[in-house]
Amino acid sequence: MKPFLDAALLGKSYPTASGRPAVIVENFNLKVQRGEFITLIGHSGCGKSTVLSMIAGLTDVTTGGIVLSGREVTGAGPDRGVVFQAPCLLPWLTAFENVMLGIDQVYYTADRRERRQIAEYYLTVVGLGDAMHHRPAELSQGMRQRCGIARAFALSPKMLLLDEPFGMLDSLTRYELQEVLLNLWQKDRKTALMVTHDVDEALFLSDRVIMMTNGPAATVGEILEVKFPRPRSRQQLLEDPAYYALRAQLIGFLEERSHLRPGRPAAATPPPPPARAPRSSLPDFLRRLVPA
Amino acid sequence: MAFLALRGVAKAFGGRPVLHDVNLTLERGEFVAIVGYSGSGKTTLISLIAGLQRPDAGTLTLNDLEITGPGPDRGVVFQNYSLLPWLTVFENIALAVAQVFPNYAAEKQRQHVEKFIALVNLTPARDKLPRQLSGGMRQRVSVARALALDPQILLLDEPLSALDALTRATLQEEIARIREQEKKTVVLITNDVDEALLLADRIIPLTPGPGATLDESIPVTLGRPRDRKALNHDPEFKRLRALVTGRLLGFGARRRSTVTRSLTLPDILPEDLEAPRTSRNRPLRPHEMKREDIAIVT
Repeated sequence: MKPFLDAALLGKSYPTASGRPAVIVENFNLKVQRGEFITLIGHSGCGKSTVLSMIAGLTDVTTGGIVLSGREVTGAGPDRGVVFQAPCLLPWLTAFENVMLGIDQVYYTADRRERRQIAEYYLTVVGLGDAMHHRPAELSQGMRQRCGIARAFALSPKMLLLDEPFGMLDSLTRYELQEVLLNLWQKDRKTALMVTHDVDEALFLSDRVIMMTNGPAATVGEILEVKFPRPRSRQQLLEDPAYYALRAQLIGFLEERSHLRPGRPAAATPPPPPARAPRSSLPDFLRRLVPA
Repeated sequence: MAFLALRGVAKAFGGRPVLHDVNLTLERGEFVAIVGYSGSGKTTLISLIAGLQRPDAGTLTLNDLEITGPGPDRGVVFQNYSLLPWLTVFENIALAVAQVFPNYAAEKQRQHVEKFIALVNLTPARDKLPRQLSGGMRQRVSVARALALDPQILLLDEPLSALDALTRATLQEEIARIREQEKKTVVLITNDVDEALLLADRIIPLTPGPGATLDESIPVTLGRPRDRKALNHDPEFKRLRALVTGRLLGFGARRRSTVTRSLTLPDILPEDLEAPRTSRNRPLRPHEMKREDIAIVT
């Protein structure tokens, strides 16, 4: 079957003053089927948000390419709904107006009544039914994130991209919002890609967890299939013996194996880096780290 | 004989009750974690124990002496570190030490400060300013400062919530290690169930406000030292984790009320904005309109 999202040989590097580019992500391959919920997990700074940002079209790719539903990704667009870590709402608009902003763009052929109905529907489902006419400043952090989720779903995107959507919330509010997200996702099983560093969040929500190696030059380390039946309940999961086995696998990767790099296919081996400065010029403390 | 005792403590702000009838007794050397939702009054509780605020009703005693104001017998670590930005790591801690131990000779004060900098593994950053340190390092300074006062009890108000998961895990282990070394009585406020299970002897859930109070406490019957990875295979850990999480989720369910609203979601497709604008003035409609009754929890 042809994948819905196909990211092949994805790489991102930035030029630096020293002339040798800083490689953030390298040789990253990911195929996602329609309706899958995928999580990218890794340590902070490993480049997982960079991958998401490239798929969102907010960051240019340096190497490789991304095809979403038969079309190459060349820039940002409303076919990919993004939920950011900070909800990024316009402070002078109410929650409702913030959501309407995108709706007015993509449903320009619909009449005003229907457009309003869409905004009201999603804001109510995420639990903002009584607060949708408040400005962001009058909402708690959790409520703003609810609005961010409603805004992404309201555009009926082909794909959802979630960049640590609950990272800024305390763990109990996080539980609540994970449920809001899962219930909404359950309705039409939109293909979703989420970045997180929370092991429990990854297991609760996703079908597959992609573990990323540490940067620089991060890539796919291991992949974990999560086959719990849906709809899922947290309590049920916590009591499932298989849950802790999967959890141990994820934690084990993050703590012990995330620095290991998978074997690289010979064809994709990049040219060797420029010759290094002779060992003797290394400072003392570094020389001790380099095997003789 | 209770070391720290709270009896019928209540506190309200502007007529809105935050804490109501809070009762807590702590033995010397105990490590208690209080877990609760944000906004349920956790920080108010710590402020009351620290003496930064006075209760509206009830009494708080430490070692049988009533708490009437802040004092060096209680070391507090705040979520936002609260370091003086123009002082180095050494100076921040020395300032507190000079206040509490004015009788120490200069050399003894210096040694005392350095001992605690070493305890939190910050000796290489001794002369750095807070802004030159990462969040995790700043929080270590704050922990070292609190411990350097040799308090009878350590109050930790969500010390690790602002940090990323990896730094948080490192500091959790450091707190566990320091606790073993110093044998202090500790009250930890947190919203992280795993953190509480890793560190505490006892977990007390705080019911959600307004009028929050402490729920029945849950003893953490896990041996020490606790290894994050080994715990994952421990059936007792799984049982406790499900129990604490279930208790907290139960509060969440109780505080909500369910209403059913009839909503209409127009079944229309978004337009392709990359294609030229269509002159069609009606959206594409894959199906007839869907009507749905949705139970909303607020």
